[in-house]
Amino acid sequence: METGLDKHAQLHTEGRLRRSVPLRVQRRRLFYILVSPWVFGFLAFVLGPMVYSGYISFTRWNLLNPPQFIGLGNYSQMMQDPLFWQSLKVTTIYAVVSVPLTSAFALFLAILLNQRVRGVSIFRTIFYLPSVVSGVAVSMVFLWVFNPQFGIINSMLHDFGIKGPGWVESPHWALPTIIIMSLWGVGSPMLIFLAGLQGIPPDLMEAASLDGAGVWRKFVSVTIPLLTPTILFNVILSIINQFQVFTQAYVMTQGGPLDSTLFLVYYIFENAFQYLNMGYGAALAWVLFFIVFILTVIVFATSGKWVFYQGGD
Amino acid sequence: MTVNNVRTRTERIVHFVVYIVLIGLSVLMLVPLAWMLSSALKPNYEVFQFPQQWIPHPMLWSNFPKALVFVPFGRFFVNTLIITFGTLIGTLVSNVFIAYAFARLEAPGKRIMFYVMLSTMMLPYAITMIPQYAIFSKLGWVNTYWPLIFPAFFGSPFFIFLLRQFFMGIPRDLEDAAAIDGAGVFRTVLQIIVPLSWPALVTVCIFSVQGSWNDFLAPLIYLNKMSLFTVQLGLTYFVGQYSGGWNLLMAASTVVLLPILVMFYFGQRLFVKGIIVGGLKG
Repeated sequence: METGLDKHAQLHTEGRLRRSVPLRVQRRRLFYILVSPWVFGFLAFVLGPMVYSGYISFTRWNLLNPPQFIGLGNYSQMMQDPLFWQSLKVTTIYAVVSVPLTSAFALFLAILLNQRVRGVSIFRTIFYLPSVVSGVAVSMVFLWVFNPQFGIINSMLHDFGIKGPGWVESPHWALPTIIIMSLWGVGSPMLIFLAGLQGIPPDLMEAASLDGAGVWRKFVSVTIPLLTPTILFNVILSIINQFQVFTQAYVMTQGGPLDSTLFLVYYIFENAFQYLNMGYGAALAWVLFFIVFILTVIVFATSGKWVFYQGGD
Repeated sequence: MTVNNVRTRTERIVHFVVYIVLIGLSVLMLVPLAWMLSSALKPNYEVFQFPQQWIPHPMLWSNFPKALVFVPFGRFFVNTLIITFGTLIGTLVSNVFIAYAFARLEAPGKRIMFYVMLSTMMLPYAITMIPQYAIFSKLGWVNTYWPLIFPAFFGSPFFIFLLRQFFMGIPRDLEDAAAIDGAGVFRTVLQIIVPLSWPALVTVCIFSVQGSWNDFLAPLIYLNKMSLFTVQLGLTYFVGQYSGGWNLLMAASTVVLLPILVMFYFGQRLFVKGIIVGGLKG
């Protein structure tokens, strides 16, 4: 790539000659120097641990004694572990429901915010606000909001003459409650959708209007196709995030009642850090990684069929 | 003419409907936070009341000091601030230069490195959590803040990507002029790139602070002594110690959420711009 800097160097050849190393090589070295912290971090905190984790998953290890190699022992144990299958089921149901649900809701909010109405920035702030806060406090708040005896939801349902369910205290309702809760934090995908909507050239919409397309037709034939790259981006991020639910399970339900919210990451945490089964925990983590990886690959592989890229660049 | 009139009328109806939906959804979004605040101010007997009242009577502001002294929240705040600032410094120092290299410099292997970096964004924390714990515990770092701060000094793929996108939108001429004047890369970045990248940098700062402040799993694993707890751990500890009403718990939750809400309020203009530039044009 020809930069102004290189051109400048070529103009002043004497300056270049005085240096023993050409500028291009200097800039190349500079790249490696500046990037070196990331390379170190990648090796020390990502690649190294991944290889190490692969090894741990073939061992029985409680951190105190040296790891004991047991081959595929952890993986075959997993096949017979009903709690593993339960956690896989719970996590899959959660992801299968909440990925499309949160994505659709985020898109819906973004479309509303993309209308030219007054005070839109206030609504944007309100919709984004929940995703700024997360962690234990939010789980506590929702635990109280959905409290079966004294929570505000059941109190409001009572006003309409409905007897509210037991929410997180009921094995049937606990998972749906956490799914409902996930709708609260759609701020980030919403903003990304909004950016995507604002990137749609207005002349395309006008052309569609001139051809007699109505609101719905324009949405289906212009907006959605042009938004597919953004949808792809959001769906992938969402899959990765939704498979990693932990805090809600730890704070609100401890995986219960009757293991109805035993998310995979919670089960990994329990095994590794409460029962000190590092080997089994690592094996479970690999299964999680494998599932997320396969899903991402599937979404990417099919994306050629439904994602529409505008022109080159 | 008539067609035009009809269109503006439908448009007006659409606007009206959009407004109603926006307001309705806003109310729904704010219910949990409003309920938190309302409960935080209630006396004990009003918390356990059915059906519930929205406006506490009387408003017990004393719930806040009561909640905060029940467990050492002051200590937890200081601890969280130490981690948050340590991480923030590491984040800014590392990511700005790494992102600059990816945005402006050319070298063999750059593309591959960039794609490897992006793909690590998709890695679940669970996969590196156990081996990292093993490594850090061998280094004697359990019950210190190092496992939470140290990795920030080596860049994070999301921030590198976001800053790179932003830097690539800055015209090169300024840097070239600086280079002609003999400025080195550090001066170029600090004096030219940084002042032009406020939205992106504010976004990175907010995400970083938010991440440290809200992080739960990593502190839960590494910090086992109460004197080292972060506010998030402190809140679970509070629940374990305190079996009384929800009012003090909601007061404590409010105090834990407040700093992030205030930060977002003041940074949001730049923040939204930063996300939009960074999140798009992938």
